[in-house]
Amino acid sequence: MTVKECYEVMKGDYDDVLSRLRTDERIKKFLIKVLSDPSFSQLCTAMESENMEEAFRAAHTLKGVCKNMSITNLAYSASNLTEALRGRQTYGDDLEPLLKKVKKDYALTMACIQML
Amino acid sequence: MNAKKKILIVDDSEMNRALLEDMLSDDYEILEAENGLVASQILQENEMDICLVLLDIVMPVMDGFALLELMNRKGWIKNIPVIMISAETASTYMDRAYGLGAVDYVSRPFDERTVRHRVDSNVILAEKQRDLSARLAAQIYAKEKDNRLMIEILSHIVEFRNGESGLHVIHVHAITEFLLNQLSKRTRKYNLNHKLISLISNASALHDVGKIVIPSEILNKPGKFTDEEFEIMKSHTLEGAKMLKDIPFRSDEPLIKISYEICRWHHERYDGRGYPDGLKGEEIPISAQVVALADVYDALTSRRVYKPAFPHKQAIDMIINGACGAFNPLLSDVLRECGDELYLKLQETSQGDSSAAEIDSTLARTLKTEGTEASDRTVKLLEHERTKFKILSELSREIIFEYNAEPEMITLSEWGADYLGMPVKIFNLEESSFATKVFAKGDFSALLQKLKTASPENSSIIEKYRLDIKGVNTWCKVYARTIFSDAEPPVLEGAIVKIVDVNDEISEIKSLEHEVEKDYATGLLNRKAAKERIDSALSDIGNRKFALVFFDLDNLKEANDNRGHLFGDELLKHIAEVTKQNTRTEDVVARIGGDEFIIFMEYTALPEEQVKRIFSRITQKFGDFNVSVSMGVACADGEVTDYKELFEKAEKAAYSVKNDKKNAYRFYDGSMANVLKNRGVR
Repeated sequence: MTVKECYEVMKGDYDDVLSRLRTDERIKKFLIKVLSDPSFSQLCTAMESENMEEAFRAAHTLKGVCKNMSITNLAYSASNLTEALRGRQTYGDDLEPLLKKVKKDYALTMACIQML
Repeated sequence: MNAKKKILIVDDSEMNRALLEDMLSDDYEILEAENGLVASQILQENEMDICLVLLDIVMPVMDGFALLELMNRKGWIKNIPVIMISAETASTYMDRAYGLGAVDYVSRPFDERTVRHRVDSNVILAEKQRDLSARLAAQIYAKEKDNRLMIEILSHIVEFRNGESGLHVIHVHAITEFLLNQLSKRTRKYNLNHKLISLISNASALHDVGKIVIPSEILNKPGKFTDEEFEIMKSHTLEGAKMLKDIPFRSDEPLIKISYEICRWHHERYDGRGYPDGLKGEEIPISAQVVALADVYDALTSRRVYKPAFPHKQAIDMIINGACGAFNPLLSDVLRECGDELYLKLQETSQGDSSAAEIDSTLARTLKTEGTEASDRTVKLLEHERTKFKILSELSREIIFEYNAEPEMITLSEWGADYLGMPVKIFNLEESSFATKVFAKGDFSALLQKLKTASPENSSIIEKYRLDIKGVNTWCKVYARTIFSDAEPPVLEGAIVKIVDVNDEISEIKSLEHEVEKDYATGLLNRKAAKERIDSALSDIGNRKFALVFFDLDNLKEANDNRGHLFGDELLKHIAEVTKQNTRTEDVVARIGGDEFIIFMEYTALPEEQVKRIFSRITQKFGDFNVSVSMGVACADGEVTDYKELFEKAEKAAYSVKNDKKNAYRFYDGSMANVLKNRGVR
């Protein structure tokens, strides 16, 4: 799978990332780093223990990482969750579908990157 | 310094840091921090080297705003540009960051060209700023130096004709400046600020410039002037003023205006009885009033062709009493209250030094008021001081460390770090092995607490701690000197701490203490010391078992009576010696009075063997004298754990022997409970 194909499947913006990072080689190097980025697992742990502050921070970081790599789809769902978590003290059922969407998009993104 | 400039990237996401590093590492050396706290430690270390910070906002431990606030408190923000790299785009966030001194903003996603461009241009901008302020500093320095030199040359020419040493100008300058500074603290009447004070002090050098036209026969006449001569002499004021007034250009330069005032009116007096114009009180400009006083004071305290030098105190008295004409009462007050300080200052003032010091302080003031920051020159001076400190601390072979309050960290001297086997830089103080291994539990926190509660007036701390130095417990004295900021109220910035090994000193004291615990005649412990040790062993008895052996000599009286007291003393010494030899060092052996001894010892299975052996050794013949003792033993074996009870039981057992056949040992049992009830614990 080429980098371009990877972006197509995980619904990212290849043109954008290429214009910023300039080479496929560099994009690939950093995509592989996304695999080991801990913010997603930190987000899941924080949500389970209903630690809202930590969850916000992790979602925020995940969003930042995705934006940097133009992984638009996951960046969007992470952003929605981030905004729902901003300034929040307690857990609520409305967070459930947002987290579910992040998990789904994350799984797809990881699968794509692993095929590079 | 390294060829590559350093950039600090502060972001909690390793990914983001890597991305930025990848974009920038061709041109810059990259330092990374995952939160504000780590960043602050790196900044503390590399303040002079870091040319730019890329800063995220949302981070654990210490966020970007908190770091910006710290950078403001530390003054770093003025030298190090900060570019925000947060994914937060809300304008309130950015306003706050700009408000805290951030210079620019890079939004996500990072675009390589944008990042490089913003970083490069901000680095160059900051560099230009630094360069400009360095040049400015150098120029001010050079200009000040030249100005001063010109004025000094000119006034030395005047004094040369006058046959004076040249010190007069320098003294008048120093006195004028001193008086003006004191005056500015007391009154706002004359609008004295640093600039004006410096101007007047500089201009003071020209006060006698008019003397250049006075014939030298008059100028240097040893005896009294005729009226005519005095009139000529007095004209130096108007002549000097005229010269300055006739300078063709720049007649409204403040220096020229003030010099004019000083030349013309430095012989006016506050009561209107001076010359040449007979001005009175505040009609005389303050510049001339102050120089007049400085001139008089220095003339009084120096030798002249027509008079000897008066001592400082006498000169002050003469001026205050009006012997040299009337002066502004405010100035007389200054002289009365700060005269001694002035005297000391003049003693310190040696020619070259004062000039250089003066230029430095002018420079510092100018840079401060013009708003530019530490110049290269001051940075160099600072570097120089650091090197000096480092060399001195290495040479002294002492453990020295610098404590920094914010961010909290310690920097050990290299020698000290090496000696202790510690790193030079220590963060996370409370958990560091420096605080937990070198210092005993709680000691380090106690020391920090002491530093934090110190005040500028009370900034020295001396404490004694037992430290672990290379695995050896060593008594050390810790000398600390705290450093406070100039702020109001002062804030603790840190401390310099020196650790000195005083183990030998302490050991000596301990051995003295030991002497006090001893029984003088036999060298065994005395009763008080024995009781303390037994109490302490019993309080921590655990599963251990102890026996207390009490014994006294049956026949000391007989020995004393038949062979003399000298022999009696020898006998006691002998018993002590034998007992000591037959017990272990950790056992407590004491003479508790007259011919009574105790032994307190630990045993494992049964104490009988130990007791039996000791008894048989003690009761061996001393020369041809048959030693006889009555010995009782009580055991602390879980039931009896109190010294008093243990002692009483051992004593009762001993007296049951004595009442019986003597010269034997016996263990306490219930049947002895009523023996010798009348004897209490000793």
